[in-house]
Amino acid sequence: MVSICFYFQVHQPFRLHKGYSFFDIGANHFYEDETANREICNKVSSKCYIPMNRLLLELIEKHKGKFKVSFSITGVAIEQLQRFNPEVIELFKALADTGCVEFLSETYYHSLAFLFSRPDFKKQVLQHKQMIHDLFGQTPTTFRNTELIYNNDLAKFIEEMGYKTIIAEGADHVLGWRSPNFLYQPKDCYKLNLLLKNYKLSDDIAFRFSNKGWSEHPLKAEKYAGWLHSINGNGELINLFMDYETFGEHQWEDTGIFNFMRKFPDEVFKHPDFSFINPHEAAMHYTPVSKIDVPNFISWADIERDLTAWLGNPMQNSASEMVYALEQDIVKTKDQNLISIWHKLLTSDHFYYMCTKWFSDGDVHKYFNPYDTPFDAYIVFVNVLNDLKETVKNRLKSRAVRKQKKVNQPIPDRSL
Amino acid sequence: MKVLMFGWEFPPFISGGLGVACYGIVKGLNNNNVEIKLVLPTTGGQKTDLPVEICPADKIVISETYKKKLAQTMSSTTGKEMLSGIISPYETSVSGGDFFNRYQNMINELNIQGKDTILAFTGNYGRDLMAEVFRYSIIGEFLGSLGDFDIIHAHDWLTILAGVGAKRLSGKPLVIQIHATEVDRSGSSINSNIFNIEKYGMEQADRIIAVSYYTKNIIVNKYGIDPHKVTVVHNAVEKKTQLERLGIQKNLDEKYVLFLGRVTMQKGPDYFIEAANLVLKKIKNIRFVMAGSGDMMPRLIERAAALKITDRFHFTGFLNNRQQVERMYAMSDLYVMPSVSEPFGITAFEALLYDVPIILSKQSGVAEVLRGAMKVDFWDVPKLASAIVTLLEDEKLSKEMVESCKHELQDIHWNTASQKIKNLYHSLLFHNSH
Repeated sequence: MVSICFYFQVHQPFRLHKGYSFFDIGANHFYEDETANREICNKVSSKCYIPMNRLLLELIEKHKGKFKVSFSITGVAIEQLQRFNPEVIELFKALADTGCVEFLSETYYHSLAFLFSRPDFKKQVLQHKQMIHDLFGQTPTTFRNTELIYNNDLAKFIEEMGYKTIIAEGADHVLGWRSPNFLYQPKDCYKLNLLLKNYKLSDDIAFRFSNKGWSEHPLKAEKYAGWLHSINGNGELINLFMDYETFGEHQWEDTGIFNFMRKFPDEVFKHPDFSFINPHEAAMHYTPVSKIDVPNFISWADIERDLTAWLGNPMQNSASEMVYALEQDIVKTKDQNLISIWHKLLTSDHFYYMCTKWFSDGDVHKYFNPYDTPFDAYIVFVNVLNDLKETVKNRLKSRAVRKQKKVNQPIPDRSL
Repeated sequence: MKVLMFGWEFPPFISGGLGVACYGIVKGLNNNNVEIKLVLPTTGGQKTDLPVEICPADKIVISETYKKKLAQTMSSTTGKEMLSGIISPYETSVSGGDFFNRYQNMINELNIQGKDTILAFTGNYGRDLMAEVFRYSIIGEFLGSLGDFDIIHAHDWLTILAGVGAKRLSGKPLVIQIHATEVDRSGSSINSNIFNIEKYGMEQADRIIAVSYYTKNIIVNKYGIDPHKVTVVHNAVEKKTQLERLGIQKNLDEKYVLFLGRVTMQKGPDYFIEAANLVLKKIKNIRFVMAGSGDMMPRLIERAAALKITDRFHFTGFLNNRQQVERMYAMSDLYVMPSVSEPFGITAFEALLYDVPIILSKQSGVAEVLRGAMKVDFWDVPKLASAIVTLLEDEKLSKEMVESCKHELQDIHWNTASQKIKNLYHSLLFHNSH
């Protein structure tokens, strides 16, 4: 038996006001570009989330429980969908109700918190877990970290948090001669299972599908299923992980992506040994074939498969250090609103916009970047951060003054 | 070219901000060979050190012949138009009616008096200010009827009616200079009579001089005046009044050190960043602001990020209007011009206009003129840093420095401002004769 495991990533950051300037520091505390966020949410919902959710519902119904997919949806995406496109949430709930859809755990804010603050990382994961439970009635046992950022330490930490399965990129330099098409186990773990993305087959859909310069273009479901079928005998598990926006947003409807998916299960089932599986089931059905050692961080981004899309240049380093340096003071304010504003600044996209790698991955970066240059992105982010710092400073100062006043107040004479 | 100028304050008689500005302008125009007949409400018998013809209104004898003429004009259509211009058509309240009646009474009073009349003026801002303003307008008409001048120049609402009166009787072009508007002075509780006088005067004027882009903005937006009619000529004023007058609040309660200019190699912005880094190691509660844009921006942003000073070093990008530039100067506590090579460096002058102490590179032309300014070699970053620290920490020194620079600058500045005004006169006269 060979199982196909689909996992789709759903994420929308809270984008900041591109015009937030030095003059706004200390004067204007509204950071989000509500208009841009709403417009993008509307666009992606109508092009992708709504038609694709409907298609998946249709396929699950048609194949009577044999077609399965899993999702990881960030808290910030959910918040925006609840605000702008609540019908999308309803469709996700309908998918959850089929019993064929698994929802994974991740950081609520799609953050790099694991690299900067373990306590906050844990908080965000638990916040996300609670949200998934409240919305979809599932308690996730599979974890995926932001942008599939992963190493041995993360796996260990996640195992200690009680998860059964974790997801990572099947990077060449990690796998070496080994195939991603098996279940693995992280080096220092004994219970946790590791699913590695088959990036070649995933990217055939996510990136190459509509590329007319690609020798396999146009990609038909029949041909693609044939490639999967050829793995029979030298693999057990094919992990196809990609952004959900692939369907209808990155690959537009007129590329034929929806028709491809509509036919795909039928083509897969033409081979009797093939089935669909969700991550938590994969961990039950299969046994790890080997341990995988990942001492250094890997991710699913760019050709480097490392952290350089978010961290590494001076701007990214200074911005991330500055924002995480605020953690203690932010927590001290005990103001849930301020804490959530700060958390939203941790979303990895803000650092991605500051990336100065304009080589082979420049096009992808540009596509996702609302700013003209990474320098603009940095300036806006730092301006916002400086305003938040001032707000927090003033809040803590006025609290200290109030406390002082309380101490100095005479004790009322109760005998009167 | 001869100018009939209506002032109100004038040192040493009364020296408020308006007086200081008037003095500078008159002096500058005089240096630029413009002949001026300066009318003031009163001189209190004192003399000025300027070689211009001063004409105190309380010494002007209004002849019987002229009074008859005046009574006629006031009952004529133009006279009524003038009053209805001042009194807003929407003004039905007591104050509006009162305003009109008081004006009429004064004309009547004038006619009852003997053959020749001398009007009384205090030049103060007493309770009867409005009556004095009206009497001043009669002086304006009288002097206008003499017609021995080419152009009329009036300052602020106090003298606007006098200016308009002179124009009405002479047909000569009128320039009104606005130092402050009623909108500035009163915020939301505007005295509608004063507002209407201003609006009426601005409409009647051939050209308006605004003392800042901020003021021009108010003139255009609040008074509905055609922006093409308004020219900006800056005055030199005190920093505190400047902040208040421009309605500026500093967004952060800390000292700002400013670089303003193109972010290119010639301007030395990289030396500014390096010096900022050194200063921030010593003092924490200050902020550096780089205002402007240019080809070095990306490199400098990365440099500031690498130095990890972006919590105290800010980039504004290109300031795309004069109002923002004004605001930036007004908020700053120190201006640094580390130019590698600078033929002149007018921004140093601008900074001084807002009472901001300056540090110049020895390689800038303006350093020759401003002997009192702090100067360093652009490449000497440690020295630049210590100069910044000194001026920020020693407020007395920085204040003295500004004063001494401004003193050196004063004459230069008023001369340039007056040159602009003279050019404006020229364009008006040229325009009118064709």
